[in-house]
Amino acid sequence: MELFIQQIVAGVATGAIYACVALAVVMIYQAIHHLNFAQGEMAMFSTYIAWQMLQWGLPYWVVFPLVILVSFVGGFAIERIVFKPIENAPVLSHIVIFIALFAIFNSFAGFIWDFTIKAVPSPFGDGPLWEGAMIGKHQAGMIGVTLIVLLLLWGFFTFTRVGLAMRAAAVNPESARLVGIRVSMMTALGWGMASAIGAVAGMLIAPVVFLEPNMMLSILLYGFAGAVLGGLTSPLGAVIGGFIVGVVENLAGTYIPVIGGELKLPIALFLIVAVLLVKPAGLLGRRVVQRV
Amino acid sequence: MAMSDETMTGGASGSAKAAPVPKGRAAAAGGKSTLGQAVFVILLLGALALPFIFKNFTIFQMTMLMVYAIAILGLNLLTGINGQFSLGHGAFYAVGAYTAAIMMENLGIGYVWTLPVAGILCFVVGFLFGLPALRLEGIYLALATFALAVATPQFLKLTPFEHWTGGVQGIVIIKPDAPFGLDAVLNADQWLYFFTLAVGLFLYWLARNLVRSRTGRALMAIRDNPIAARSMGVNTSVYKATAFGISAMFTGIAGCLGAIVIQFVAPDSFTFALSVAILVGLVIGGVGWLPGALLGAAFIVFIPNVAEEISKGLAGAFYGFFLIAVIYLAPQGAGGLLRALVAKLGR
Repeated sequence: MELFIQQIVAGVATGAIYACVALAVVMIYQAIHHLNFAQGEMAMFSTYIAWQMLQWGLPYWVVFPLVILVSFVGGFAIERIVFKPIENAPVLSHIVIFIALFAIFNSFAGFIWDFTIKAVPSPFGDGPLWEGAMIGKHQAGMIGVTLIVLLLLWGFFTFTRVGLAMRAAAVNPESARLVGIRVSMMTALGWGMASAIGAVAGMLIAPVVFLEPNMMLSILLYGFAGAVLGGLTSPLGAVIGGFIVGVVENLAGTYIPVIGGELKLPIALFLIVAVLLVKPAGLLGRRVVQRV
Repeated sequence: MAMSDETMTGGASGSAKAAPVPKGRAAAAGGKSTLGQAVFVILLLGALALPFIFKNFTIFQMTMLMVYAIAILGLNLLTGINGQFSLGHGAFYAVGAYTAAIMMENLGIGYVWTLPVAGILCFVVGFLFGLPALRLEGIYLALATFALAVATPQFLKLTPFEHWTGGVQGIVIIKPDAPFGLDAVLNADQWLYFFTLAVGLFLYWLARNLVRSRTGRALMAIRDNPIAARSMGVNTSVYKATAFGISAMFTGIAGCLGAIVIQFVAPDSFTFALSVAILVGLVIGGVGWLPGALLGAAFIVFIPNVAEEISKGLAGAFYGFFLIAVIYLAPQGAGGLLRALVAKLGR
């Protein structure tokens, strides 16, 4: 029984990672109705920037907001420069551009900072939360930050005019344009925010998995699984989904002998396909009905 | 959306538009096919002469080029002809490769027999994956296949199969010699080159006939307008799943050949990067244009080397920038450019 509880707590801790990534995935999906396959690599790149600034001797709590700002501007710029010209291109073109960005970020990170593994310090410190606690300080901090980000997002979308405009632009671009919302600006804003959330996720994850150019690929897959499970249209769903994926992954790794400790990616594949088949809208998502 | 459909299927809809004018179309098709035939004959002669002119490494590279071309051809049948996406074709390539390796090294069966088995197996696997994929459209299908691609190396490492797959170490394959006393004339590399060339020609012939058949038209109808296709009596679910199966079969056979040529399979040869490479080849060659597979394959075989020479470690970035440039400047890839050129010269 104790093992069971321990595994669930550990699952919630890893789930926080996935929840963060899932949140970024949902942000982009809200803005452009696409899944950004380069999301993980963008987050990884942001994390490298953070690492570089820390190497230069800047204190963590200066680096943290600075990197979020840089990532926001970066995401905004990518939308303006790369995606604006192909707004109306078919889905395949978008997917190909995502893959292209994936390759570019991955390759540049390796080129600039080489492929050796780097350790990133945790802002919350090491060791257990309290004497004999099952959860570490960093894990607890990670869960806390994820929930704070979620709360901020909720507040932003519910109480601010810009948030309302973004929602309008996502739900019905044409009507939104008619009431004077600059829809393409909202899309770029969505990109910026997704990129900033990704940066937060990257900086929180790096102390756990170590920094290297390929660190995000499998995490992104779990993030996708969390987002799909929770519902691609719901930020709260994405966070819940992320935590569930973390717990399921840990339990399966412990109790299903075939899977073992390291080989858990097929679970993500299975989860994604199963959810898309059984309940494509996810746990909290809206069903999209298409008029023909 | 209407506009995007137009750009996506520009080549096919171009010929569809000409359909009401049979005379003009026949003339255009005739003119095009003589040119096409001439190019084909020249290429074939070049391909036949190549192994006697160049060194073994070049022969090896050209063999791999044909292998990738077959894989891209498979993806093209799915994406270009049927309009379904896949970021996970590396998985089917891996199934084909492992089929060859396990049959040859564990069961001691001749390499020729691994091809049909890999083809059938991959057809079944692809068909089965295509069934749930029926309910997934656009980005959801991209997501499911992305997950498949990322999970593939770990599937291959699973302990229950370790006895067969060799786990992380993989399997080493012994290169087959030329049969029928041909080994006096041809070394193993040259023989494999001709073998791959023959298989590739056969598969290309199959693909071309498939596209021109009733089935091919049904597949394209589903791509262009699924609802209209269904109203016309096309059984979309059967056709879409079958398209997945056939596509996986082509790519699986490519994987099978690739394993024999490289003489080695291991889980880490079949990462997401492989699926990306196949997709890149498809886009570069031209989505929906079958001969584009050769150009796309040439790109993924040679360009990384060139990029590495320019600057170490930047191959990925080079790939990326090139892809973006292609999407901006030539959304129909090399095929689109060539068609435009031919149209201009013909005028």
